[in-house]
Amino acid sequence: MASQEQKNTSSRTEEEQLEDSPLPTPAPDSGAAQAATSGVDDLLDEIDGVLETNAEEFVRGFVQKGGQ
Amino acid sequence: MGAETEYGIHTPGTNTFNATWLSTQVVHAYSQETGHRAAAGGETRWDYTDEDPLADARGWVVPRDEAHPSQLTDVEPELTAAQIALEGGETGGRDPGPLMMNMVLGNGARLYVDHAHPEYSSPEVTNPLDAVRWDAAGDAVALAAVRRIAATPGLPAVNLYKNNTDNKSVSYGSHENYLMPRQVPFRDIVTGLTPFFATRQLICGAGRVGRGQDGSGSGFQISQRADFFEAEVGLETTIRRPIINTRDEPHATSEKYRRLHVIIGDANLSQVSNYLKFGTTALVLDMIEHGTAPELQLADPVATLRAVSHDWRLAKTHPLSNGRSLTALQIQWRYLEAAKAHAAANGSSHPETGDGHTADVLARWEQVLTGLGTDPMSLAAQVEWVAKLKLLQQYRARDNMDWKDPRLALIDLQWSDIRPEKGLYYKLLQRGAMERLLSDADIARAVEQPPQDTRAYFRGMCIQRYGANVAGASWDSVIFELPSQRRLQRVPTKEPLRGTRELTGALFESSPDAQTFLGRLLAGAG
Repeated sequence: MASQEQKNTSSRTEEEQLEDSPLPTPAPDSGAAQAATSGVDDLLDEIDGVLETNAEEFVRGFVQKGGQ
Repeated sequence: MGAETEYGIHTPGTNTFNATWLSTQVVHAYSQETGHRAAAGGETRWDYTDEDPLADARGWVVPRDEAHPSQLTDVEPELTAAQIALEGGETGGRDPGPLMMNMVLGNGARLYVDHAHPEYSSPEVTNPLDAVRWDAAGDAVALAAVRRIAATPGLPAVNLYKNNTDNKSVSYGSHENYLMPRQVPFRDIVTGLTPFFATRQLICGAGRVGRGQDGSGSGFQISQRADFFEAEVGLETTIRRPIINTRDEPHATSEKYRRLHVIIGDANLSQVSNYLKFGTTALVLDMIEHGTAPELQLADPVATLRAVSHDWRLAKTHPLSNGRSLTALQIQWRYLEAAKAHAAANGSSHPETGDGHTADVLARWEQVLTGLGTDPMSLAAQVEWVAKLKLLQQYRARDNMDWKDPRLALIDLQWSDIRPEKGLYYKLLQRGAMERLLSDADIARAVEQPPQDTRAYFRGMCIQRYGANVAGASWDSVIFELPSQRRLQRVPTKEPLRGTRELTGALFESSPDAQTFLGRLLAGAG
């Protein structure tokens, strides 16, 4: 694939639709999937615990002066 | 090579503090942390002399190494790296005052205030792993300053973020510097680098929530910086930012070298992304120098840079000047294949006789491109934008959030909080979800010690051992102020690969004080 060129035929305009397309999720009945899910739950729980409170206000307050 | 990081600076809950003043407090706090700075009694002034010291030292320099290198066989090599130029100046004249703008660190780095941000410029290094090491050391330096401020009564809590935008139209940089032979035509650099720079974000983008300079557009993109670039080539770094920056302060012997100042990169916390950023770029520059870079020309580099960043599904093709189109991944493969051939031909990637890092850079680069072509999410432990995207997608899936949810913007911001207990990158690192190339102990050593194989060793050791007598320093000089001398003594360090431990270590070891050290340098006796 490294040296292949192709005609530009796939100019996409459905970007925003793609953004909100559903995420692939593991089949719920597999053991590995359940383990993966509980790992993710555990991670997100931990991150919930450290995220700044009032996300909207915090993000709005992060204002920087210009840089390089 | 070397890295510069401007940190985002924020006092939660208030915007009343002056950002420049806050940034000086970061520098001041770090100076309080380091013993040798206290010994110097104030800040180490940066030597802003940009001209060749031969020209501005009013005729009494001793440029033996530059004029007649072959005639100095009777002199220890370290001495040629440190010819003494004396520069007129009052001793102890300038009071640094209460606002500390600049420090030179014992590891050879510079910590200073730049454009209302604290900035850490790493010492010069010779390979990509060391670039990651001393860049990460900067994050530890910044963390130490934040801790100190938090423990200081009367100062507001200060957070620092290793990111590149506030999502409100402002961007601040993370720059790379590469030393190149001056004889390489700049035109070749522009031609060879532009398609690479438009697409290398696939391996070292840090990821961003929001589109457009003010972040008002909805969605994720690969790069923090892409939306802030508006020109292909130019001198500016703060307005109309160019993909290729033409600033030409070599900070070295200018007839031999140029310093390629790269302003397009994202600040990286991911060690693998940071490693590949330096490693692949150095390889591409080497190819340009030797005429082996792939011949590709984008029809519209600025538009492509943004389109690549916005296309995190890696689906789009990008028009070339010849009317054809390639995906960003295909462009990266072109560079990788050329680099493999280049390195095989010059021997640098040979497993036994190579340079020790090119083979690893090529292998990791290929691993990442292969993964991006099959299952990008498989690279969540290596590639920073993928790691961030994965976390964001997990949140979106759990809480059914759309991209406008402010919590996603917060995750993007807090990803780069440099405090391990708050920064989300660090949370993943602690869980083993981000690959390490360096241990925390490795990084802690780099906070204290300079690289041994560049002139940063000379600079760092001067600060460590004789800091009380160092009045100023820059990339290419160290200025001593001795009680016995009325004039400041400026030691030029114009050769980046001199001043190494091999060349000067014994001289440092055998000189208990600055007076002895300088005397031996001047006398030409180690």
